[in-house]
Amino acid sequence: MASLKDVKTKIGGVKKTSQITSAMNMVAAAKLRGAQQKMEDFRPYTEKFNQAMTSLSANMESGQFPLMEVRDVQTVEIVIVTSDRGLCGSFNSNIFKATEKLISQYEAEGKKVSLVCVGKKGNAFFKKTGKIRKAYTDIMGSFQMFNARSIAQDVAANFLAGEADKVHVVYGKFMSIAVQRPAMETLLPVQPEVNESEDAVEAGKGTGDYIYEPSPTEIMDVLLPLYMNVMIYHAMLETGASEHAARMTAMDNATRACKDMIDELTLLYNKARQAGITADLMDIVGGAEALKG
Amino acid sequence: MAEKINLEVVTPKGAIVSEEVDIVTAPGFAGEFGVLANHAPFLSTIKVGTLHYKKDGNDKELMISGGFCEVSNNKITFLVESAERGHEIDVDRALQAKERAEKRLLQTKEQLAKIDRTRAEAALQRALARLKIAQRQ
Repeated sequence: MASLKDVKTKIGGVKKTSQITSAMNMVAAAKLRGAQQKMEDFRPYTEKFNQAMTSLSANMESGQFPLMEVRDVQTVEIVIVTSDRGLCGSFNSNIFKATEKLISQYEAEGKKVSLVCVGKKGNAFFKKTGKIRKAYTDIMGSFQMFNARSIAQDVAANFLAGEADKVHVVYGKFMSIAVQRPAMETLLPVQPEVNESEDAVEAGKGTGDYIYEPSPTEIMDVLLPLYMNVMIYHAMLETGASEHAARMTAMDNATRACKDMIDELTLLYNKARQAGITADLMDIVGGAEALKG
Repeated sequence: MAEKINLEVVTPKGAIVSEEVDIVTAPGFAGEFGVLANHAPFLSTIKVGTLHYKKDGNDKELMISGGFCEVSNNKITFLVESAERGHEIDVDRALQAKERAEKRLLQTKEQLAKIDRTRAEAALQRALARLKIAQRQ
């Protein structure tokens, strides 16, 4: 049995750990609020953007834009958006699993896969596969639009050069504070969503008599790269919010586990202490008996 | 009172303006254009510059950077990368950006790749647009 002192040291250690985890939980909660706010602020922009894209592409041939060109798929590029930091439960490994599944699916069809990693964790995980074409690390903390833009430009250039025939993006979708799921979307060739919602139908109605300045084709040329920025920025924001939510849950669990452990150890400590007292008493009683003769 | 048009300016940081206004003037692809109530459906790309609008006789302005604008159903929506009011503009930063861009543009063609040139030109435009509004305040 462990000595009294050992148990006491251990209780102290676990207490310290639980202090750290509960502090991390609070930090994650605060950061989550910020990230969620950013996500909400960005939503109207995305919605309006998609509306405009849908109404524009409704009366246009998709084949005339290089970024919308559907090619025979030989090579596939996957943009993986993960967090820069760990200690957030199974959040990143879920994204890895989803990505690996996608990779093996494409490779089974005999297609070549290359990766673009956004976030440190993805880069570290996929490094040994040798598939990484480019990695962007330490940019998940600040959410800057220009980061998304440089990634979008690079991916688009690669697509236009014919190095990749299809580009997917995998990220952690924020469903709620408790649930985050890896999600996959097709980035290139661009396929504007054809949704049947009322807004889209209404937006589509007026398209016939729109005045375009410059021509629809030229507007589309401006819009398409912007659309990619929006998609990548969106994926980054979602992953950021999911990361903090996942860390919050993980740290909450850790704090609870610490508490259970402290309870158990305290019980052990008290048992040991009692056993010690009993042994001491036995000694005294034994000594007194002996003296009586 | 004349009829009004609903103006919305949306950036990645959220909606900056959402108001009923009398008239909107903005720097479009083919030059400055004005929009009054009940304008025909219209879609244009937007250049860096100043967005003016009038509400109840008061002139207001915003610095906007590139994007596009859509008019439909008596509603004008600007989707731009950034929009700032005069008092929000950091004059020192804009001045620095202007100097930096000008210095870069003075370099010869060999020294400056084409992509850097377009980027510097865009930065200069943004800085100038910011300064223009900030100085009027």
